[in-house]
Amino acid sequence: MSDPRELYQQVILEHNKKPRNFGKLEPCTHYAHGLNPLCGDDIEVSLVVEDGIVKDVKFQGHGCAISQASSSLMTVNVKGKPVHEAEIMVEQFREMIRGKLDPATEPHSLGKLTLFQGVKDLPSRVKCAVLPWATLHSALEGKDDASTE
Amino acid sequence: MSENKSSTDEHGWTPIKDGALDVAAIRADFPLLNTPFHGKQMVYLDSAVSGQVPQPVIDRMDHYQRFEHTNVHRGVSTLSQEATDRFEEAREKVRGFLNAASSKEIIWTRGTTEAINLVAQSWGRANVQAGDEILLSAMEHHANIVPWQMLAQERGAKICVIPMNDAGELILDDLDTLITPRTKIIGLIHVSNVLGTINPVKEIIAKAHAKGVPVLVDGAQSVPHMTVDVQDLDADFFVFSGHKLSGPTGIGVLYGKKALLEKMPPWHGGGSMILSVSWEKTTYIGLPGKFEAGTPAITQAIGLGAAIDYLQGIGVDNIAAYEHELLNYATEQLSKIEGLRIIGNARKKASVVSFVLDGIHPHDVGSILDHDGVVVRAGHHCAQPVMKRMGVPATTRASFAYYNTREDVDALVGGILKVKGIFG
Repeated sequence: MSDPRELYQQVILEHNKKPRNFGKLEPCTHYAHGLNPLCGDDIEVSLVVEDGIVKDVKFQGHGCAISQASSSLMTVNVKGKPVHEAEIMVEQFREMIRGKLDPATEPHSLGKLTLFQGVKDLPSRVKCAVLPWATLHSALEGKDDASTE
Repeated sequence: MSENKSSTDEHGWTPIKDGALDVAAIRADFPLLNTPFHGKQMVYLDSAVSGQVPQPVIDRMDHYQRFEHTNVHRGVSTLSQEATDRFEEAREKVRGFLNAASSKEIIWTRGTTEAINLVAQSWGRANVQAGDEILLSAMEHHANIVPWQMLAQERGAKICVIPMNDAGELILDDLDTLITPRTKIIGLIHVSNVLGTINPVKEIIAKAHAKGVPVLVDGAQSVPHMTVDVQDLDADFFVFSGHKLSGPTGIGVLYGKKALLEKMPPWHGGGSMILSVSWEKTTYIGLPGKFEAGTPAITQAIGLGAAIDYLQGIGVDNIAAYEHELLNYATEQLSKIEGLRIIGNARKKASVVSFVLDGIHPHDVGSILDHDGVVVRAGHHCAQPVMKRMGVPATTRASFAYYNTREDVDALVGGILKVKGIFG
């Protein structure tokens, strides 16, 4: 296992402390509530999508630094993007966390999100990092709930 | 005790030195505690999730599996008779351990959860009707909530709750009004798996009985820490799991008063629990077999018997006294950490300490401690209503057993200081 200090880098700690786009959009066009029943992490994602573009996105809820920072960085990265690009990021983020996409050698559009790469060596934390993305995916699919199980 | 160790008495048990436990000798019995973990000495502070298993218990199961095994309660072979004897001896050990009046009152289950489901579905379906009430405490584990909710939904009954205060003690002032003429049963956790609170179950049972209401006591977290006498408590049902008691998983116990168990219909049907079967009608055998359909967890039952022998060899009262000292030391040391708040400050506690750190989520605490070889549990501990009552989404929990030491507490404290360092 990698040293958890490699994962708890400044950017992640900072986003945990001061999450961006925290709150709930009302009204919104898309919404989902994500739960991790194993640990109780709880995240709500709301979006305003217009003409196939994510005009605005917010999240709220509680969870560990990994899930909070993952949520915060997710909102920063998908805001202003076309929905299909956001969906590609969901897929690439999941693949990276599962160790199936190596951002150093394979093409991707994850940008700063590669900071979460270290989670793949902490199997018990994979679901923490993925929960906001699973919730975003559910919201975009028109389902109103998501679960890591 | 294990063969490679000399500090045992003539019965093979670790002797108690000067009123304290010989913890070094005890620890030598636990292979897992002596195996490097992330390259470090394992500091196992998660016995409330599952106790570690000592070598004599592993050896007993290994011996049974190698040389004594076949099915029980079947056939006339000597092998089957002897396997049955070993299996029934384990039941008798449980009877003695709980001081039950009869081994017929000891039903094997897969664990605490299955034992509660058995009572909820067999006793519950026979006794709970629409409009009835099931009274539970505010600090129950999901295992003593969900089976009753399922029954309540099926029957149109209602779940009522005995509240608790901020320290994590049940508020019993209004117990007499909480027990109404519609109350059919009370489900009560003996020791809280989150808060460590030791509940005054004997007092609550006496009040319930004064109104004719039976009580089920969830003893999963009490039997590892204290001597339990079901007759003294006057518990109607008492349930626990083998794996919290340094025994194997897959085995647990339902104790029930004979008069209650005899009136209850069988739960699972199948082989072993029948007197005769025809296409027209099946008749059932008596206790305890009536509730034990199919081939039981024989190896595990024998393993649980060996775990009881092991604990009684050390002395459950000695364990309780030792763990109490360890709890006091841990509480004192953890309280010195700035920004740390202990969740659960009851006057009577078993050796379980839940805590939160300002601005740092328990999962992050758990992950970083894990890297240092300190194993704790982080999360809601299968007790979401307790989390909600205490106003926290989750806690980090350290739970101490008779094989833990002050050095383990120090390692925990060191780990927490490191977490604080990382999070600034």
